[in-house]
Amino acid sequence: MNQFQYVRPSKAQAAIEAVAKDANATFIAGGTNLVDLMKRGIATPQKLVDINRLPLTKIERENNGLRIGALALNSAVADDKQVREKQPLLALALNAGASAQLRNMATVGGNMLQRTRCAYFYDLTMPCNKREPGTGCGALEGINRMHAIFGFSDKCIAVHPSDMSVALVALDATVLVTGPKGERRIPFADFHRLPGDTPEKDTNLERGELITAVDVPDGPFTKHVHYQKVRERASYAFALLSVAAALDIENNTIKAARLAMGGVAHKPWRLTAAEQSLVGKPATEETFRQAAAVAMQGAKAFKHNAYKLKLAPNTIIQALKTAAAA
Amino acid sequence: MKAQDKQIGAPMNRVDGHLKVTGAAKYSAEYELPNIAYAVLVGSTIARGRITSIDAKAAEKAPGVLAVISHFNSPKVPGFDTAGKDPSQPATAGGPIKIFKDDKIRFNDQPIAVVVADSWERARFAARLVKAQYAPEKHKTNLEASASEAFLPTAAKKNPKHPMNDYQRGQADAYKTGAIKLESEYVIPTEVHHPMELQAITAHWEAPDRLTIYDKTQGTMATRRDFAREWNLPEENVKVIATFVGGAFGNALHSWPHESAAIIAAKVVNRPVKLMLTREQMFTMVGYRPYTWQKLGMSATPDGKITAITHESIGQTSTYEEFTESTLAQTRMMYQSPNVTTRYRLAALDIGSPIWMRGPGEATGAFALESAMDEMAFMLNLDPLEFRLRNYTDKDPENGKPWSTKFLKECYQLGAERVGWNKRQLKPGSLRDGEWLIGYGMGVGTFGAHRGAATVGAQLLPDGTVLLQCATTDIGPGTGTAMTQIAADALGIDPKRIRFELGNSSFPKAGTQGGSSTVNSVGPATQEACLALKDKLRTLAGAGNAAFASAKKEDVTLADGYLTLSSNAAAKVSYADLIKQGGDKAVTVEAKPGGEGQKYSMYSFSVHFAEVRVHELTGEVRVSKLVSCADAGTIINEKTAGNQMKGGAVGGIGMALMEAAHIDDRFGRYVTKDFADYHVPVHADSPDVQVAFVNQPDPHVNALGTKGIGEIATIGVAPAIANAVFNATGKRVRELPITPDKLI
Repeated sequence: MNQFQYVRPSKAQAAIEAVAKDANATFIAGGTNLVDLMKRGIATPQKLVDINRLPLTKIERENNGLRIGALALNSAVADDKQVREKQPLLALALNAGASAQLRNMATVGGNMLQRTRCAYFYDLTMPCNKREPGTGCGALEGINRMHAIFGFSDKCIAVHPSDMSVALVALDATVLVTGPKGERRIPFADFHRLPGDTPEKDTNLERGELITAVDVPDGPFTKHVHYQKVRERASYAFALLSVAAALDIENNTIKAARLAMGGVAHKPWRLTAAEQSLVGKPATEETFRQAAAVAMQGAKAFKHNAYKLKLAPNTIIQALKTAAAA
Repeated sequence: MKAQDKQIGAPMNRVDGHLKVTGAAKYSAEYELPNIAYAVLVGSTIARGRITSIDAKAAEKAPGVLAVISHFNSPKVPGFDTAGKDPSQPATAGGPIKIFKDDKIRFNDQPIAVVVADSWERARFAARLVKAQYAPEKHKTNLEASASEAFLPTAAKKNPKHPMNDYQRGQADAYKTGAIKLESEYVIPTEVHHPMELQAITAHWEAPDRLTIYDKTQGTMATRRDFAREWNLPEENVKVIATFVGGAFGNALHSWPHESAAIIAAKVVNRPVKLMLTREQMFTMVGYRPYTWQKLGMSATPDGKITAITHESIGQTSTYEEFTESTLAQTRMMYQSPNVTTRYRLAALDIGSPIWMRGPGEATGAFALESAMDEMAFMLNLDPLEFRLRNYTDKDPENGKPWSTKFLKECYQLGAERVGWNKRQLKPGSLRDGEWLIGYGMGVGTFGAHRGAATVGAQLLPDGTVLLQCATTDIGPGTGTAMTQIAADALGIDPKRIRFELGNSSFPKAGTQGGSSTVNSVGPATQEACLALKDKLRTLAGAGNAAFASAKKEDVTLADGYLTLSSNAAAKVSYADLIKQGGDKAVTVEAKPGGEGQKYSMYSFSVHFAEVRVHELTGEVRVSKLVSCADAGTIINEKTAGNQMKGGAVGGIGMALMEAAHIDDRFGRYVTKDFADYHVPVHADSPDVQVAFVNQPDPHVNALGTKGIGEIATIGVAPAIANAVFNATGKRVRELPITPDKLI
């Protein structure tokens, strides 16, 4: 590990300044991903700005929704009574991620900012445009079992590993950030980026911008929700792919639907067209099957991940069936 | 616990359990010797070629760095010039890498330098500053691509009686003309042992010609031999200590480059040096279960009698060392078949050497054989258990000898009842629970009941404790506990008054802990040493007490502070008196196998029954029931033995459903480097494994009646699960692991 400076300001403004002024500084909260990246020499910050003293852990009612502080722990959010009542999909997604120990350390803001688990990104000797722009994408013609089927570029086919973010994008959350230029609100769907020609940038955050909270608006999705995560073992594994499904059903007719996938793209993948195809239809397997077909339009696989072209629609169907029956 | 209670068979708690759970047990990376230094390895980034330069300037200048050692500046290791191939390991040709001896790269992440510093963190930091240049050569890391160059192992070429030679009984490849036949190919990916404890060594030159190492090893004496040879030292000048080993599963059966590197480093800096591998390095340089291709042909009569089996395999090995294992052994002896052909080949690739991983080759081979048995049973429309019973053998078909004991039918019955085999349907996909398809499968395992020579020292201490010592190791099964029970019965005293010390090459000699042989070998030595001690004490007592002089040794009792006779309570001699007469001198007894192996075929047997649930849309597999039944002879400790069976079964779940280390052949480098990518089962993946033992003593292997457990706990589990997946889904997966992508 490289030597680095460590500061722990108690005011957000001081933290923001510390990072805004120093291109080699970075925020640290739970550190569950950043510390690993530092140990392996993938992240080499010269200054860590510890934000754990900032008062950003609250989960509270705000403007017909929940405002979840950026430093709220994953486990605290998953166990929060208001979250479980108003946004059970979010609790399900959180509990599907990592292990109990990690959820007790990881924060909401940090979860969103975790980096891809692509093996080529993690090996300093292999090409990776995300880690070292211009070196090429090792996964493109390599072992790409875990990789993207949507929204990739020839520069990067990595996927975003977060479960929580899949639920948040489905629930139309908004990310609140404060930076050198003041505050702004970023719709969750615009928070993460597609790789394009700049896969080194995971998000649209600007230097020095600090996530302070996530707003999740109230909605009708309090009952018919499900987070279906497919993985090779029963717990503690990143998703081969996952589906967040939320339905508002009245008299067996779908009034509103939300659908997003994880493990298929460089960002949590909202399936808006598939959602629209569900509205007004009966909550039947046939309806779900049609929505899954809509969701898969434009998908393309690589050498080792062709299974996702079948697993994704199957998982969408299963998630919707389970949500409808919930 | 009353002294007269029989301890063998009792579910006694581990004698070292408290030490382990409180952290008091010391492992090889936990010896904080005075003035200790820390070493970190630098690995190559190419798979084959030559090192052209190493720039160590920045590392050498980094804070706390004591030395950066590579082939450019390494001291001469005398044994590297004289030691050729290892005559004690006839199954291998070539030999381990001679670290820092030349510029050749033989596998990716091969250690090219070691950085020594005054703290581990400083050594790790400096290691990253070492920059090497290479002249790469074209590498080969793919077995299928090298299959056409596969060869008969050198040991077999040189010796026509070597077990790795082609085997034939009856007609060669007779299955091809069989009435009902199958021919299937199976693949086992590279699997890595990954014990919880990382490989670690603390090397200490106590004098220029005296070396002590605290090392993770399964064999203190084998490790002593290897490093004595490497440094041309008399064996007694090298001491190997492995008091506790945090699991190994085979990866500490060999001496590895990091051990040599730490010993060289300690020589250079003239301080004790500690070197612990990272989890990432555990993939590349300390062995693995080799990627293996297999083809199995089988024919049978319509009424379910096997007429012929041909089993071929190609296992991967390194370019510098021929590793072989008994992948085809079970096929030669498990089922009655008049025609059997086996052919074993190796493919040499630019990767580190493999090493036996639990169950070793037999577990690999059993995946093919036991899957094929299931495939044939299905073709014959027979229950797979019935098919196995129709081909059951009452003597060893490979050599015609009687079994020493075989209670496999009893295992079948026990296991079938417990798993609920009667619920199994012949037609796949018949049972379901919502979206989950349910299936049942079985797999059989067998492993030789091996026994080697072992010596145990027994000594009466003044406080009445009996101290037993043996160089054997305990990598987790509970060797010290089992030996304490054996000793308690032999001495007739409370196990609390026995202390069994192991894991030290200076103790009376024993073989390596591997091949399920420790209790078979060290058990009888412990028993005989205790009986000899008792007899010696009786003799000493008899010198001044006529009652003892004429007493039979079974009559002698060790009570509180006194030697007495059970037939004559008045006769007693105090320990203090006995010790005055030399009673505290250790009695050392060697126990060796006799000619029983010539007369009998000696094997442990197991059968595993699995119930699985497969999600019809997502292809996820969950093992909902796993029942393992074993004929392992006498069970010394039902608790630790049961624990060992469960551990082996969970390892089998990993093998069946998730474990695979992948190499990107373009770079010749692993892309699975940590537990995020290389999955082993978590608690949620394992049902409460049910274990049952037949617990019938084998009168031929040794006087205790034991046969060994470690390997049969894993052998046959993976095919049981694969067969259950077929029964659930109708999908036959012949390439492990059975991941969701293969089922949807």
